[in-house]
Amino acid sequence: MSNFKTFSKGILEENPVLVMLLGTCPTLATTTLASTGVGMGLATTFVLVCSNIVISMLKRVIPKEVRLPCFIVVIAGFVTFVSFILQAYIPDLYDSLGIFLSLIVVNCIILGRAEMFASKNKVGASALDGLGMGLGFTLALFVIGSCREILGFGSWLGISFEDLLGFWPEPMLFFITPAGGFFVFGVVIAVVNLIMRAKNRKPKEKIGCEGCPHKAECTKQEGGCDAC
Amino acid sequence: MLKEMLVILFSAILVDNFVLSKFMGICPFLGVSKKMDSAVGMGGAVIFVMLMASAMTYPIYEYLLVPYHLEYLNTMAFILVIALFVQLVEIILKRYIKPLYNALGVYLPLITTNCAVLGVTLLNVENEYNFLSSMVNSLGAGLGFTLALILFAGVRERVEAADVPQAFKGVPITLVAASIVAVSFMGFNGLVTGIFG
Repeated sequence: MSNFKTFSKGILEENPVLVMLLGTCPTLATTTLASTGVGMGLATTFVLVCSNIVISMLKRVIPKEVRLPCFIVVIAGFVTFVSFILQAYIPDLYDSLGIFLSLIVVNCIILGRAEMFASKNKVGASALDGLGMGLGFTLALFVIGSCREILGFGSWLGISFEDLLGFWPEPMLFFITPAGGFFVFGVVIAVVNLIMRAKNRKPKEKIGCEGCPHKAECTKQEGGCDAC
Repeated sequence: MLKEMLVILFSAILVDNFVLSKFMGICPFLGVSKKMDSAVGMGGAVIFVMLMASAMTYPIYEYLLVPYHLEYLNTMAFILVIALFVQLVEIILKRYIKPLYNALGVYLPLITTNCAVLGVTLLNVENEYNFLSSMVNSLGAGLGFTLALILFAGVRERVEAADVPQAFKGVPITLVAASIVAVSFMGFNGLVTGIFG
């Protein structure tokens, strides 16, 4: 695989949220505003790139049996680092991400990439893969966040349409509630499915087994991933 | 005291439902809700692990991290404890309590990286709950997760049979159905303050 392909596949073709359906929790929880979504996306991208690099360097050192706890320690270290940085320099974002900043540790995109890519590939390729996947995640959060902010608040990236244009219909508060999050996410995936069908590619019907870090364990069980 | 515990319990189950209003544990909520019996198994495993995780992380935070001013390491310490502990429980159950292992075994490894479990332990710390409140909060969180999962499994069995537009088949219609279930949980807003307030 060429370097460019390694980088670009995560952004559209194998977008972790819209195509692989991973990392759904932060996707729903941090997208009431487009800017919060982007903040979450970039924080996750940083952790993903760093952990991919470190795990790729350590791939010969980490014993296979205890690899998941080892990956988690590396990831948790970078998450703690990011939350310090945000707390010090961007406290507003730190407050609005809240507990979901710590929960980057259990974001299945990061563990999934460690398991499927970084532990099998060279450092440079792993960094590119992490960057691509992270930007894909950020893009998805930005799209969903934009839809919710425009419909729910009548603003975009903090700019109110009413101030800008002088008129705007009453915003629909439904879209910033949790229920609205599920709804917008569903509709965005439906649109992605439409685009994929138009390109003659089969959209995914099932939820996130492909990139799931537990795939190996799951498929060993009776019924495999269908047990889920 | 009792009133306080009931408020925490019912808030966690209904008002601030972990899945439908806090967005934690969405992956298993969407993934394991296809069949009713796997929903029940998963729910049981989550309640069990949440209670155990809270019981383990409380002393670690209170007696290890706080005295040495290492509170900022809580995420790392908690996730390690949960990951190791779940493996240990799996081994013990497999060896000594076979029926329970058969019921929960498949789901245990999946729960390690479930954000609801780490989330409940972090929330216990954030809200400065004492040991008892932490346990009640995690019981409520687990019950709330199970309730949402079981309700949603029932909804999904109907959705499977429905005739939906081509583009919405599969995941999108599942999310839209989840949205409608979440709307119904919004009806519980103010319930707890209304009863116990």
